Amino acid sequence: MTLLSVRDVSKRFGGLQAVSGLSFDVVQGSIKALIGPNGAGKTTLFNLVSGMLDPDTGEIFFRGEAVQELSSHEIAGRGLVRTFQHIRLFPKMTALENIMVGRHVHSKAGFIAGMLNLPFTWKEERRIREKSFEIMELLGIADHAQVEATSLSYGQQRVVEIGRALACEPQLLLLDEPAAGLNMRETNEMGELIAKIRDMGITVLLVEHDMSLVMKISDEIVVLSYGQKIAEDRPLSIQKNPEVIRVYLGDEQ
Amino acid sequence: MRTRYLPVAAFAGLIVAIQLATHFTDSAYHLTQLTMTAYYSILIVGLCMLIGYAGQISLGHAGFFAIGGYISAFLTARDLSSIKGSGFVSFLSKAGLLVSRADLYGGSLLNVHPWCACVVAVVATVVIAYFVGGPVLKLRGHYLAMATLGFGVIIYRIVLGTEFLGAADGISDVPGFPLIAGLEVTGKSSLRVSNYYVAWGMVILGMLFLLNLIHSRVGRALVSIHGAEDAAGAVGIPAARYKLNVFVLSAVFASLAGIFLTHYNGGIGPSEASVMKSVRYVAIVAVGGMANLWGALSMSLVLNYLSLRGYFGSFDDTVFGVILILIMLFAPDGLLRRHLFTDLKRLFSGGAAGEEGR
Amino acid sequence: MAGITYGTIYAIVAIGFNIIYNATGIINFAQGEFVMLGGMAAVTLSRFLPLPMAILGAVAITMVVGAVIEILFIRWLRGPSVLRMIIITIGVSILVREIALHVWGESVRALPYFTGSSVSSINLGSVYVSPQVLWVVGVSAVAVGALSAFFSYTMLGRQMRACAANRDAARLCGVNVGNMVTLSFMLSAAIGALGGAVVCPITYVHYDSGTPLAIKGFTVAILGGLGNSMAAVGAGMILGILESFSIWVLPAAYKEVVSISILLLILFVRPSGIFGSAEASRLKEF
Repeated sequence: MTLLSVRDVSKRFGGLQAVSGLSFDVVQGSIKALIGPNGAGKTTLFNLVSGMLDPDTGEIFFRGEAVQELSSHEIAGRGLVRTFQHIRLFPKMTALENIMVGRHVHSKAGFIAGMLNLPFTWKEERRIREKSFEIMELLGIADHAQVEATSLSYGQQRVVEIGRALACEPQLLLLDEPAAGLNMRETNEMGELIAKIRDMGITVLLVEHDMSLVMKISDEIVVLSYGQKIAEDRPLSIQKNPEVIRVYLGDEQ
Repeated sequence: MRTRYLPVAAFAGLIVAIQLATHFTDSAYHLTQLTMTAYYSILIVGLCMLIGYAGQISLGHAGFFAIGGYISAFLTARDLSSIKGSGFVSFLSKAGLLVSRADLYGGSLLNVHPWCACVVAVVATVVIAYFVGGPVLKLRGHYLAMATLGFGVIIYRIVLGTEFLGAADGISDVPGFPLIAGLEVTGKSSLRVSNYYVAWGMVILGMLFLLNLIHSRVGRALVSIHGAEDAAGAVGIPAARYKLNVFVLSAVFASLAGIFLTHYNGGIGPSEASVMKSVRYVAIVAVGGMANLWGALSMSLVLNYLSLRGYFGSFDDTVFGVILILIMLFAPDGLLRRHLFTDLKRLFSGGAAGEEGR
Repeated sequence: MAGITYGTIYAIVAIGFNIIYNATGIINFAQGEFVMLGGMAAVTLSRFLPLPMAILGAVAITMVVGAVIEILFIRWLRGPSVLRMIIITIGVSILVREIALHVWGESVRALPYFTGSSVSSINLGSVYVSPQVLWVVGVSAVAVGALSAFFSYTMLGRQMRACAANRDAARLCGVNVGNMVTLSFMLSAAIGALGGAVVCPITYVHYDSGTPLAIKGFTVAILGGLGNSMAAVGAGMILGILESFSIWVLPAAYKEVVSISILLLILFVRPSGIFGSAEASRLKEF
């Protein structure tokens, strides 16, 4: 089943056409990668899909519903969650609390309930805390639960941010350069983590520069250049695509 | 939860201690300014929530104070006897919303009951706050500051220039506000002690609500919005809606402060809506540590009391202006930063941060 | 007519905002106080000095105040947020205002009319105009012209424009950015003071006149597009005229409500002003 469908999407910033006439699909249960040289429009596309920007033209369908006009929190509420290229953890909060924020869409207590400290909120808070801790255990970072999130190592922060996204119980997870700034060991672990996420039933769309990671875990790859799609295929075919090689693939493992 | 409520109990103890101290030193007249300080503090803690937790500046909060105070004053002090026969008045009368009282000269007045006036004032505040807050909160930086400043000045000009709101003289002869069980908010010196406790009781109730909110799911969401707004949106937090809600909440706090202080003082004047007052409130929140409710409350207690007792003399406004400058120059996160306390706590508890954390 | 007079003074304040904004990205709320100081100081000095000297003296004093403000409060801050800066300048404007209150008291003052008196008028075609209005417009026009020539043709002016465009690049070219900032404050103060002195025979001045002017000057600056001084002139006229026409519709006491409502309207709908462009306004970062 097609989970995400991008149809003929374009976005222009003043004189720069960041994305133009872009179309592709993401099938449920797969891992799809977006690659392309810098400035190819990958992050813009992520911003468009996740609701942080509205496209000039085109449509974006998620689970059959047109979502291009929705705001980011509405899209997140429908099961499409993203992480950020430059880690955006909440400062002044522990790692556990950061993940607890991710449970927001699956909890109810509002302003009045909060102010009055109603009894149903006590159970809800406890469940939020437990579920968040479970996620940390799943990701292997449970030891750092009470540590201030921004004081963790870079690799650990990336995992926390993914944990926060997982707490939303998304159906589609957008990972923006998850391996950026990671060493080889951490990159391998990230690859295993992404595969584990896919095995949990979550579809993954990722932007990545690390070709070994991309080739290893992706089911399909979309190649962008100057805002346009120049190829969409399985990894082995992409490696052999002359257009792609010409535009982009410099070193490959 | 114990760590949350312990300071509240301690503060309540402080309030009682102060009252007993004035009782035994025969200086009960201090209670008057302390009671007024309490009402201003309600506004201050609400504003602290807005500035510290929603991350929004408001240089026009005195405007909401004035909206509450003036509407309540107008409805409870304006004599409806002249239009007694009209359908509107008889409707209000049948609904039990009117009250008769005697004026200074023995004539009879027909006014709206303070409870009804209070409800109308709060509802009006909520409507205005949603209406103004929506577009204003989309602004950033100095645009937001100027917009809120402008809002405050508009309210000031309206109350200053409108005849039926008393123009420069304001509205006086506002009756007391009867609460429950014989308690009444009024300036009568015979009821000084009970009024002191009523006022500070309201402050404590307000603090309880806000402390609960901070430690709730919404409070966590607010901190996340303040920390990284787009990341918060990316995990499903409706940032704009929450910020607006906090804005309205802080406006209601300000409005209630205005309502009750007006009944306590027996009147209100346009100076309560002035820019100077708004700046003063921001200065107090800033000194107290932008996101520190207890800091804002303690600073409010000290500074408002000193100001009301006249300790600053003719330099009253100057003092707050200077405080604001100094804080913004040297300690823009405020003196009593939220993490100063948690940092100290960690130091003393040997490094293990408690489960309740924040 | 009142519309043109007030419009001119609003434009002057707006230009003052723009000069500092262009050099530093800061909105200097104390701008209104410069105008007030110009008027107050001129009145005091006019008791010992002939009128032109008194005005020059007032301008000089205000320039010194501007420099002092910059040195004491702005200069040594490292990368402050825009919001923090505007709050500091609000605090500074309160300080200046309170000092003025203690120095000059609460009385309202005015300079005598430069030529003629409050009832004299000059016939311009079919309209009768007070000569003071001509002075206001004339002096302002000369000041604006001088400023624009300064920025276009002098070395110092070009250095300031370089700072406005790109601070770091200017620094690399050897421009002393710190001094440029101080200079921008002094220039803003000068033009504000000059405007204040020239307009006070008509509008009178007292310790409190600064704040409303700051708000309206800001409105005009935004209306014309923040940083764009030529547009500020036009925008000032528009606001002044709108304000004076509002008297036909609303009681005079609400004049300020009208101008602030215009401010709020612009901020909500088109913060880049009617002459600015959305792109350009986004470039000035928050």
